[in-house]
Amino acid sequence: MQLKRYLLLTALALAGSAAAGVLPEDRADLLYHRYDGGGVAIDGPSLLVRKSFLEKFSVSGNFYMDFVSSASIDVVTTASPYEEERTQWSLGADAIRGKTIYSLGFTNSEESDYQSDTAYFGLSQDLFGDLTTVSLGYSRSWDTVLRRAASGSGVDPNFEERTDRRQYRIGVSQILTKNLIIGATFEAITDQGFLNNPYRSVRYVDSGSGTGYSFEAEIYPRTRTSNAVALSSRYFLPYRAAVRGEYRFFTDTWGIDSHTAEIGYTHPWEPKWIFDVKYRFYTQTSADFYSDLFPRAQAQNFEARDKELATFTSNTIGFGASYEFPGGWPRFVQKGTLNMRFDYIIFDYKDFRDLRVTGLAPGTEPLYGFNAYVLQLFASIWF
Amino acid sequence: MRRLALGFLLIATLLLGACGNLEPWVKPYERDRLADPIMAADRNPVASSHLHHVFESREGARGAMGSAGGGCGCN
Repeated sequence: MQLKRYLLLTALALAGSAAAGVLPEDRADLLYHRYDGGGVAIDGPSLLVRKSFLEKFSVSGNFYMDFVSSASIDVVTTASPYEEERTQWSLGADAIRGKTIYSLGFTNSEESDYQSDTAYFGLSQDLFGDLTTVSLGYSRSWDTVLRRAASGSGVDPNFEERTDRRQYRIGVSQILTKNLIIGATFEAITDQGFLNNPYRSVRYVDSGSGTGYSFEAEIYPRTRTSNAVALSSRYFLPYRAAVRGEYRFFTDTWGIDSHTAEIGYTHPWEPKWIFDVKYRFYTQTSADFYSDLFPRAQAQNFEARDKELATFTSNTIGFGASYEFPGGWPRFVQKGTLNMRFDYIIFDYKDFRDLRVTGLAPGTEPLYGFNAYVLQLFASIWF
Repeated sequence: MRRLALGFLLIATLLLGACGNLEPWVKPYERDRLADPIMAADRNPVASSHLHHVFESREGARGAMGSAGGGCGCN
């Protein structure tokens, strides 16, 4: 089982990557991705192809796979390690009319115990001498949550839940000078339905247990609304290089507030190489109904012990390199790039404890933390 | 929720209706640096989409910072 399937749209990436007034370039990308950390390894391929026609339309398709092998701390302490496979495909279409681009997209994601469909509509419009671009997006997701059978094979026929999600997004980007672009984005997301994980448990004090605690199923509210606003800027330096910065504030009805800040530097090495470095900082407060250790069974109406709802910070450093090679073979290829990106993430939890350490009084175990890396290897061609 | 949707539509209408003939202070021929690939908002959508997905799967926050695909393997 995987929680939080925010099918926020690969379609958004596909359809929304266009600058207004110009359709996105015809290109194909083949990516191998790998995430490894905290006992979880996920890897797989992703293929993205985009092609325009009649100078007014552009279509795109994306195929993406995750192969998951999980022995995370949750799994190790309350369940059994598992392997899972997820397949996702997306189709998108853009149409340009004057200075407006209309976008439509659809994404489907399937795994043995979770299915999700998302439809997306967006538009972007150039204004004020093309110095300003306004973009709007709306998406709707319909998810089906299933649960693996206790026997370990197939799904539980007595368990099936639904989740509906709607997203509203508005963004503005503004050219300020010959070297500077700034942007602002607001996104509201509402969820309704089964929002927790059918496998995850919360911990409560139980003096009758040998460890001093026991577990019971977590219970989340059936609604959630979140608002996020992000500000960004990109600046072309006096020599050929660029710096960028982004900040986001997030708040939701579950009581989570978070801040995200990211800076990056892009440096070309003429004539073939481009290098990127970045640093990202993230911090959040816990959800109102989160606790590492509840005082008793059924202590509250809503209970969670999901570390993604805990108080924590993460720090990420990233590095990327891109090498451009000339086209001509096959003849339709205009140019291509070979790319590598590596991100290293350090998670530090402030109120989520490591239950692998035993023999201590409940609630005095050391705080949990882990490191993870994300590796991306991909080739791109323009045609 | 309905109020949110109405507000969203109102802002959209106002912004899209503001298509005046404002004189651009950065002329089209002065935008060569902004058009350089190193200034692109998202130079590699397939890679950034995956990375956003990694973060959204492991963090409580979501939205407004690029896009993300579904699924996570975050248990």
